[in-house]
Amino acid sequence: MSMKVATRQVDGVTILDLSGRITLGEGSVTLRDSVRDVLAKGSRKILLNLADVSYIDSSGVGELVSAFTSVKNAGGELKLLNLTKKVNDLLQITKLYTVFDIWDNEASAVSAF
Amino acid sequence: MHASLTFKVYPSKLPSLPQLSTESAAAAKVTRLPDSTTSRTSLTLASSLESVNTVEKTTEEFAVRAGFDEDTVPNIVMAVREAAINAVLHGNAYDPAKRFTASFEANSDALVIRIADQGPGLDPNTLPDPLAPENILRGSGRGIFLIRAFMDEVHFRQLHPGTELTLIKHRAPAQPAA
Repeated sequence: MSMKVATRQVDGVTILDLSGRITLGEGSVTLRDSVRDVLAKGSRKILLNLADVSYIDSSGVGELVSAFTSVKNAGGELKLLNLTKKVNDLLQITKLYTVFDIWDNEASAVSAF
Repeated sequence: MHASLTFKVYPSKLPSLPQLSTESAAAAKVTRLPDSTTSRTSLTLASSLESVNTVEKTTEEFAVRAGFDEDTVPNIVMAVREAAINAVLHGNAYDPAKRFTASFEANSDALVIRIADQGPGLDPNTLPDPLAPENILRGSGRGIFLIRAFMDEVHFRQLHPGTELTLIKHRAPAQPAA
């Protein structure tokens, strides 16, 4: 199943609701294009909602990191919301859990920008 | 008991890739040995992402059938997927003239999976540590790390040309009866 992205605005924060798999050749490119698009439209507060992301491989992890640095280099902030246990474990193993600002409550995450 | 599954694969004509099925038909077989303690299958595949997905699906089916639990199977699947991606992307570099192979063996002790490509060869000692501060924000370079994290043993063998990764997941020791 390829990844799908829905974009919405909440109190000045652009939330990307991702669903599906973020893997090489599937969701990775979609994620990259989506973040590039919202940056091009002027968004600098970006929240990736991963609640419905069932699977991420090393390429997907790399794409999350690239998204993080792209937004940061553009003077913005990127945070993560609602990690599944598997994705949470993956970010723990790769020590990226300390790099990302991770939330499990949308209102709190939005307020944190 | 004999049982078999058939997968659509490319003809196996890879003399430089040993330890794999030598069946030349355009199919790979899953064969359960009579004592039901060992089962094997092997696939020979094109260097494509579609093949990676085939290996992923086969791994899941094989690991479930071998009796690994629902917490362990996704980890095995991820490790094998990463190995297949390495073979296609870094080993064979999507070269349509090159194939890669995936062989699966489940015995009473472990699940053993071998992924072999026909690329220039991979020296695991040259791979940067993805956890090092200078690498933590890199957009790539975590595949082998994840394989090692999720499997009990990972071995590299140079095939000249190519690299074979052997991934081993041991069965958990049986729990004594209460």
